[in-house]
Amino acid sequence: MSFINKPKIAHPSLPTNALGMTRRQYEGSMSTLCAGCGHDSVTAAIIEACWGLDMRPEQLVKLSGIGCSSKTTAYFVSGSHGFNAVHGRMPSIASGANAANRSLTYVGISGDGDSLSIGLGQLVHAIRRNVNMLYLIENNGVYGLTKGQFSASADIGTKAKRGDVNQSPPIDPVLLALSLGATFVARGFSGDKAQLVPLIQAGMRHNGFALIDVLSPCVTFNDHEGSTKSYTFTREHYHPAMEADFVPPAQEISVDYPAGEAIPVELHDGSRVVLRKLGASYDPADRSAAYAFIENKLKHNEYVTGLIHIEESGKTEFHTLNRSSSTPLNRIPYEKLSPGGAALEKLLGRYR
Amino acid sequence: MPNLVTAADRVNDFVIKFANVNGTGSASANSLIMKAIFRMGVPVTGKNYFPSNIQGLPTWYEIRVTREAYAARAGRVDIMVAMNAETYSKDVREVASGGYLIFDATWPRSALLQRGDITVIGVPLAQMVNENFDGVRNRILLKNIAYAGVVAALIDLDPGIIDTMLKESYGKKPKLLDSNTKALRLGYDYAKQHLGCPLPLRVEKMDKTRGHIMIDGNTAAGLGCVYAGATVGAWYPITPSTSLMDAFKSFCERYRVDAETGERNFAVIQAEDELAAIGMVLGASWNGARAFTPTSGPGISLMNEFLGLAYYAEVPCVIFDVQRVGPSTGMPTRTQQSDIMLCAYASHGDTRHVLLFPANPEECFYMAVQAFDLAERLQTPVFVMSDLDIGMNDWMCRDLKWDDAYRPDRGKILSAEELADLDRFYRYVDRDDDAITYRTLPGVNPKGAYFTRGSGHNQYGAYTEDSAEYQVVLDRLKRKFSTAARYVPKPEIIGKGDNKIGIVSIGSCDGAVHEAIDVLARQKIAVDYMRIKAFPFGHDVETFLSLHATIFVVEQNRDAQLRSLLTLETAVDKSKLKSILSYSGFPMSCDPIVDGIRATLPDAPRLSAITGKGAR
Repeated sequence: MSFINKPKIAHPSLPTNALGMTRRQYEGSMSTLCAGCGHDSVTAAIIEACWGLDMRPEQLVKLSGIGCSSKTTAYFVSGSHGFNAVHGRMPSIASGANAANRSLTYVGISGDGDSLSIGLGQLVHAIRRNVNMLYLIENNGVYGLTKGQFSASADIGTKAKRGDVNQSPPIDPVLLALSLGATFVARGFSGDKAQLVPLIQAGMRHNGFALIDVLSPCVTFNDHEGSTKSYTFTREHYHPAMEADFVPPAQEISVDYPAGEAIPVELHDGSRVVLRKLGASYDPADRSAAYAFIENKLKHNEYVTGLIHIEESGKTEFHTLNRSSSTPLNRIPYEKLSPGGAALEKLLGRYR
Repeated sequence: MPNLVTAADRVNDFVIKFANVNGTGSASANSLIMKAIFRMGVPVTGKNYFPSNIQGLPTWYEIRVTREAYAARAGRVDIMVAMNAETYSKDVREVASGGYLIFDATWPRSALLQRGDITVIGVPLAQMVNENFDGVRNRILLKNIAYAGVVAALIDLDPGIIDTMLKESYGKKPKLLDSNTKALRLGYDYAKQHLGCPLPLRVEKMDKTRGHIMIDGNTAAGLGCVYAGATVGAWYPITPSTSLMDAFKSFCERYRVDAETGERNFAVIQAEDELAAIGMVLGASWNGARAFTPTSGPGISLMNEFLGLAYYAEVPCVIFDVQRVGPSTGMPTRTQQSDIMLCAYASHGDTRHVLLFPANPEECFYMAVQAFDLAERLQTPVFVMSDLDIGMNDWMCRDLKWDDAYRPDRGKILSAEELADLDRFYRYVDRDDDAITYRTLPGVNPKGAYFTRGSGHNQYGAYTEDSAEYQVVLDRLKRKFSTAARYVPKPEIIGKGDNKIGIVSIGSCDGAVHEAIDVLARQKIAVDYMRIKAFPFGHDVETFLSLHATIFVVEQNRDAQLRSLLTLETAVDKSKLKSILSYSGFPMSCDPIVDGIRATLPDAPRLSAITGKGAR
C-alpha cells in the first residue's frame, strides 16, 4: 500500500520545541522505500533539523524531482507544501517558486540520477543563479527505481549487480558546486545523523544556494561484490573521518564529535563509502584549497564529510541582485502592480 | 502595359517596398516613412521581412498605404526602393506593372532597366551622401535617410511632419538631428528638382488614424502582462518572441520600481533553456505569482513534459507562442500558424490545453490579461497563439484602453481564514460541481499543505495506482475542459448565417479575410465569417459550422491544423470543410482566399485574371 496514515498519537512527555511542537508533528506519510534505505535516515535528519529550528511547517517548501530520493519529500513535514516536479527539473520549479515568494524556506531533495545526469543543466544554473535554497542530493551511485543502472556518480571500476563494470569517471557534486562558485558546499553521510542535522540546519539558514551531498547507500542494488559501494569494499578502504567542526552563520550548532577524535563510520548496512571528517586546520572559506583537498581525497576513494566550503552569499543571492521588493512578489497588492488607465493613455503617445 | 486602374484610384492605396541590407540602419528610415503616413491620418501597415542574421543579408520592409484600413499584406508592390545590389534582379521582377523602381544611380545598373512596363528612377544617393558627410558608417546610415527624403517627395509626404519626427527622435542630440535633417533634405530636394513629384501613387491627408496607434503585438502583449499584474517572467531568447520580454522588462522598469527604495516589483529570469523557463513559471504560479513565458515553436517542443505536469497537477501558467515557420528550426524570421496542434495537445498522455488566438496587437494586449485570468480560474496552462507577423510588425490598432476597476480573477484560492474553518483540505475534490477545485498557496496555513505531483493521484491529492481513483481525477479534467469552453472568448461572427458559404479563420489571417470579403462582395459573392478566438470551441462555433453548407478554413500552415482541430473537437461534417492555406512564411494576402472561394463556384473566373493581381 502506497499511502499509509501513521497513527497520530503523541505521548504527553515527548519534548516540544519553541512552537510547542513535537518531532512527530514534523513527520510526513509512511516511507515506501526499501527497509534500511539510507534515504530514510536523511528524512529523519531533516525532521530533526526542522524541529530544532522551530520551523513553522507552512514556512517550509519541499521540492523534488523523480527517483527514490525525490519520493522522500512526502515523508517529512506534512504541514508543508510539496512539489514533485518532472525528472531533473526541480531546480527550475524551485527558482520560480523562490522568485514568487522570497520569505519561505526552500528545500530541494534530489538524487544522483536526478541531479547529475538528466538534471545537471538545471542544477548548475540554480547554483549559478544563487537561488536561496537548500539542495540536498541523496547520492548512492545507482538508479534505484529502474533497478540498478549506474548513475553519473558511480566510480570507475565499480560493478553493477548484473556484472557490468563502469568505465566512465564519476561526477562529484561537491567538486562541481565548488567549481561553480557555490557559497555553501557540504557532504554528509546518511548514517551520521549527528553531523547531518546541523549541516541541514545551516543549509536552510544560509542566504543563498546551499548544496549538501549526502552519501546514502542503496541496500538493494549496490551491495554486492565488485561494487565500490559494497560492504567488503568499504571495509577494505575504510578510513575514519576527521572531526567536522561546524558553526552555522546564525547560531552555534553543537556537534557530537569530540575534537581530534577519529569517527568510526559504522554504516548500519556496511556500505563501502569511505568517509572523512575535516581536520581542525581546515579552512572552509578557502575555495581553491577545499577543491584541491577534496579532489585529492577522492583519488583515494576517501569521502570527506562536513561543511566543506562556506562564504558570505548575500550580495549575489538572486533577489539581492534583482533588487526585488522585500515584500514577496506574490503578496504585492494589484493596485501597486497596475500602472492604471491614465498612465496607459499617456504611454500611447509613444505609438502615434 | 496599361494600368487597369486610374491614378486617382491609387491615392492612399499602394505599396512601397524597401530592399535593404540588414544591419545598415535602414529600419529607422523605413519607419520614418510609415509613421509619417500614419500621422497624415492615412491608415498604413508596416511589415518587416528580415533574415535570421545580424549583418549583411537581404532584408525588406513593406509599407502598405491603405485608405480602406486593410491590415493584410497587399500581395503586390507598386514602388520598390532597391537599395541592395544583391537582390536587384528579384526586386525588379516583383514590381507590379505600371509601378516604380528607385535605385542608387551612383553606379550604372543597366540590368535594372530591362522592364519596359515600370518606371525606373535613378538617384545618385551614395554620391550625394559621400559629398556631404564623412565616415563610412555615418554615410551608410544617412544614405537611408536620404532615400527616405526621395520617397517623401515622390509620394507627397508632409515635410513638416517629418521634421517634427526627426526632432522627436534626435531632439537631445543636435549633431544627429542636423545630419539627419540635412540627409533628408538632400534626397527631398533632389527629387523635387529632378523627378516628377508627386507620383500618381501618393499620400493625401485623411482623418482615419485618430484614436489609433501603431504598435507591434509583442510590445502590446508585454504591456498586457504588466496590466495583468504579472510579477515573474521567465524565458529563453528565441525569435520572434524575444521582444515580448524586452517590452515587459522595460515597462516594469518604468512602472514597477519603487521611487524611494529602488525595489523592483517584478523578476525577469533569463533561463538556461525553455525547459527551465516553463519550470520557473510553474514554480512561481504554483506559489501564487502571476507568471508567464514567451517563446516560439521550438521552445514549446522543449516545454512539453512540464506542460503535461501543469495540466495534470493543475498549475496555472501563461505561455505566449509567437509562432514562426517550422518544422525544426525552420525559418525563424518568417511567420506561420503551425503550432496549433502542438499546443492544443502538448505533452504525452491525454492532455488538452486552452488556446487564445489574437488577431492583432490590440488583442494581444487584452488577451494577455485574459490569459492570466483564465489560467488562474481554470488552473491550467493557457497559450496565447500570436505569430511573427502580429508580434514583430507594427499594426494600426485602436487605442488601448484600461478600466481601473479591473481586478485579477485569481480563481479558487483558499485564504488562511477559509482554511482555518475547514475540517480538512483536499486539493482535487470537485466541491462546486464545475470540475474546478480549490487550491492553496504555500506559506499561508499548514492545513492547506498538499503534495503537487505529476504521478497518479486521487482526488485527495495522495499518490495512487488505483484505476478508479485515477480515473476520477482524469474524468474531472475532461469536464474541466468543458467548463473552459464556457469561459473562453466567443468567436467573432460576421453575417447572419443566411449565406451558404462560411469562412472560418484565426489570428493574423483576419485582415486578409476581411479584405477578401470586400472583394467577393464586389463580385456579388456573399459569405459569412467566423473568427475563432479560442480553443476549446464553444457552442457558437458549433452553430456556425452547422449553419453553413460549405466552409472555407483559412489558415497559415501546410497541414490544415485548424481544420484538423475542428474535425476532432466539433461535430462538423469533415467534407464541408475546405482548406485555404498559406504557408510561404509571408503574411497572408487576400488573393488566395478570393481565388480559393471563386474556384469552387461555377462560372467564376479567377480574380487574378480580372485584376491582374499576381498570385505569387
